[in-house]
Amino acid sequence: MHAHRTIGRRLLPALVVTALVVVLIAIVQSPSTPPPGAVGSDDRPGLVAALDAAVAARWTEAGVEPADPAADLAVLRRAWLALAGTIPSLEEIRRFEADGAPDRLDRWIGGLLSERRSAEYLARRLARVFAGDDQGPFLVFRRDRFTAWLADAIHANRPVDQIVSEMVSARGLWTDTPAVNFVTQAQANGSLDAEKLAGRVARCMLGQRIDCAQCHDHPFSPVTQRQFEGLAAHFGQARITLLGLEDDPRRVHRVEAMAAAIPMPAATGMTARNVPPRVPFGEAWVPAAGTHRERLAGWLVHPDNRRFDRAIANRLWQIVFGRPWHDPVDDLPDPPPSPDGSDPVDVLAVDLMDHGRDLRRMLAALASTRIFRLASVHPLLDDDATAARVAEAWAAFPLSPLDPEDLITAMSQTTSLHTIDGGAPLVTRTVRFFRTLDFVRDHGRPADGAPADSVSTVPQSLLRMNGRLTRELVEANALTAAGRIAGMAAADDAAVEVVYLTMLTRRPTPEELSIMRTAIASASTRGRGVEDVCWALFNAAEFAWNH
Amino acid sequence: MASTGFGDAVDPSRRRWCVHVAGLGLSLALPALPARAAARRGVERPGSLVTVWLAGGPSQLETFDPHPGTAIGGPTRAIDTALDGVQIGADYPQLAAVLDRLSIVRSLVSKEGDHERGTHAMKTGYRPDPVLTHPSLGAVVAHELPQAGIDLPACVALGTGGFRSRGGYLGATLDPYHVPVPGGKGRNLVPPVDPGRQGRRLAAVEAVSRAFETGRAAAVRRTLHDHVRGEAIALMDSPQLAAFDADAEPRAVRDAYGDTPFGRGCLVARRLVEAGVRSVEVTLAGFDTHADNFAGHAALAGTLDPALAALVIDLDRRDLLDSTVILVTGEFGRTPSINPLEGRDHWPHGFSALLAGGGIARGCVVGATDPDGRARVPSDPVDVADLTATVLAALGIDFAREIATPAGRPMRLSGGRVVERLLVDGLRPRA
Repeated sequence: MHAHRTIGRRLLPALVVTALVVVLIAIVQSPSTPPPGAVGSDDRPGLVAALDAAVAARWTEAGVEPADPAADLAVLRRAWLALAGTIPSLEEIRRFEADGAPDRLDRWIGGLLSERRSAEYLARRLARVFAGDDQGPFLVFRRDRFTAWLADAIHANRPVDQIVSEMVSARGLWTDTPAVNFVTQAQANGSLDAEKLAGRVARCMLGQRIDCAQCHDHPFSPVTQRQFEGLAAHFGQARITLLGLEDDPRRVHRVEAMAAAIPMPAATGMTARNVPPRVPFGEAWVPAAGTHRERLAGWLVHPDNRRFDRAIANRLWQIVFGRPWHDPVDDLPDPPPSPDGSDPVDVLAVDLMDHGRDLRRMLAALASTRIFRLASVHPLLDDDATAARVAEAWAAFPLSPLDPEDLITAMSQTTSLHTIDGGAPLVTRTVRFFRTLDFVRDHGRPADGAPADSVSTVPQSLLRMNGRLTRELVEANALTAAGRIAGMAAADDAAVEVVYLTMLTRRPTPEELSIMRTAIASASTRGRGVEDVCWALFNAAEFAWNH
Repeated sequence: MASTGFGDAVDPSRRRWCVHVAGLGLSLALPALPARAAARRGVERPGSLVTVWLAGGPSQLETFDPHPGTAIGGPTRAIDTALDGVQIGADYPQLAAVLDRLSIVRSLVSKEGDHERGTHAMKTGYRPDPVLTHPSLGAVVAHELPQAGIDLPACVALGTGGFRSRGGYLGATLDPYHVPVPGGKGRNLVPPVDPGRQGRRLAAVEAVSRAFETGRAAAVRRTLHDHVRGEAIALMDSPQLAAFDADAEPRAVRDAYGDTPFGRGCLVARRLVEAGVRSVEVTLAGFDTHADNFAGHAALAGTLDPALAALVIDLDRRDLLDSTVILVTGEFGRTPSINPLEGRDHWPHGFSALLAGGGIARGCVVGATDPDGRARVPSDPVDVADLTATVLAALGIDFAREIATPAGRPMRLSGGRVVERLLVDGLRPRA
């Protein structure tokens, strides 16, 4: 089977080895990262208490007791996955365990949120929200620039209304004004697809699916076809030129009467109509001056437009908990007439508005809630007949599959006992970049609208079990975690414990310890045995699902 | 033995004999196939779809719709075919000899002129939707005609290039199993360690599963993680994997398909269909000829022509063509005008597809493009959705059936209408 290997394939392991040498040297020589500090002290406990009360009301209503609190290490792992798309390194676990203060989780999570790697991760997630999953149009859409710009904005904790306004209204080149990629992504067949943009604005920034109104009046919501066209008309003056995205004030948005089932008066025929920009509600919020896009942006983020803050809050809820409070994530119910504290997303939205549209504050609060600290085990989760009730009531932390990029990032992290982050040497990051691309390509990403219970596939399982990457990552040599654990652990039991901490952020159960001990003892060397244990943990559901 | 290459058309009177001997050859090559899947032939056999995907957007003018001697025709010549009065590009002599077993659509129209969107439109029959990934035609076929009793994946993609087919809202289980370099044993199918270690590894992972299931057994079962690993292990151990192995075929057969990755892909496609796989896609990439269209195309034709002709002949002589629809197309066609780089650009306003097998009629030519290249709409236009409706109908699938997406949105399997002329009489569905 090695006969078909190309030169490139032979080179990669060598490159990986080189990278790991470099990273180890760097870790040895650099001082350890400073201990995490507290996130801004303010009235955030009030917000957390309000969220806890809203979720507790759901438990009462459903008649389901909440799960027990999760172990601190389990919370640390899920926080790392939710906010940085990776798992804690052994180095971090040891330091965390040495930190005996009762508020250690809050401080560690706050510290993580202020790190660049967290901003980069959240940017990657949000870039997919705002620019979709597709590769997008050639040349005029630069996902890398868009994501880097978002990461800068998140790292600087810029208010989210500013970030969104800039995406909607910016002018310039996709390279040096990366915010415009939100709009240029919608180029299709040589022109900007204003309807696609209107649909995306509605879904991502208003939490409403109104795309169906593009062709017919939406059957489930009050947005009509005319209102949708009016929203799209805000993008009618945008055009892509050699100088970048511009607004041409002479242009008028025209709508072709489509062949779809639109009842058109016979007299008007099937001709195109001019459509002026118009917002579906809250006309008073539209700024008096500016380009059509600037006026749309001003309307979207207007303090009275509660749908904006609710849409953002439900998105962040999904990022933190793996599933949104309101499902689907981009189709929320109308805001209650006045906030009554019963809907945690609304509680978050009001707080977002009242505290300068501060995303970091919201993320820290979500990770401090009681539900975030609950175990993912629950007496009712053992039985098919009752499991759904727990999920519905949010009475335990939900299981959710890792995104393929997070899976590979977590897998890569386990090859090192130290933290692999943005500070890692370029060669490590480059190797990781290509590994990620290959792995994500082979693994595949969930499709839009796909059923939630159809995420595991045979090819993915084969890739995890037999793929080259797994082989490289679990291989016990002087440079990998597996090799160093096998070489340095005082006894087999200690080796098993360290492998468990490195890969699953927990210690083995007595039954696991006994089976793993036998596995190591039966292997030709301890190194081979540790490889087998690492392989098993990689392939376990526990590794691939956030819990 | 029957498998001795097949440059010539098979005499229908010999078909029974061929089937018999081919069946014998098959039983040697694929020993453990379920008797019924491998043995059933003719129209009673459950249908399969083979999509030959020409990634990049093949020029209709250099393939199946040449206009030699016109301003738009370029240097491409045309040749007569087994179909009276129908010519195709001169680079396709082998295909020309069997064209009477296929049908051509020369008037496909799509609204999508860039690769990603065009691929989505042609592979699914729907324009891209921002909140819903439509399933590819192959996934729909696999969903509507579930395969039973075989270990092999229901959807297989062979070769690389272009944008992938998806299971979309039908679920990731209908994402194709991808074999980038066809002909070998498939990907990631061999454990990297000896059986003893593999056994210990599996025992270890089961111990981790038991710990994880404690206190959340139902929730963990819902992930299907361990169930799918069981399926994967069954596949790794399955003798049916021999279907992926092109080398199991006699030399003459391999030579007939051509000693290229794509040729081997088409040969493996035949073996997979024979084994009962519902949906196979074989990709040949490189058709995005913005520059040097004619030389670039001729090189691709040298690969495509023998492989495609061999696939049609081979399926036919094994009596598998009546149950297997072959669809040959790409994301769009190319401009009638020739650009200064001797290339042709994207053109979704009149391009070609080949169809054969299943309930598809033989020798039908639908539509025509303007030989002067001025008309924006071909005569007798066929929308991409109509193509998917026709393929589904040719496999006996109710293409107009509406199913609910996981979010509850009703979607038709195909939003198009059947092109009746492309169907064999008697196979027209009621829909």
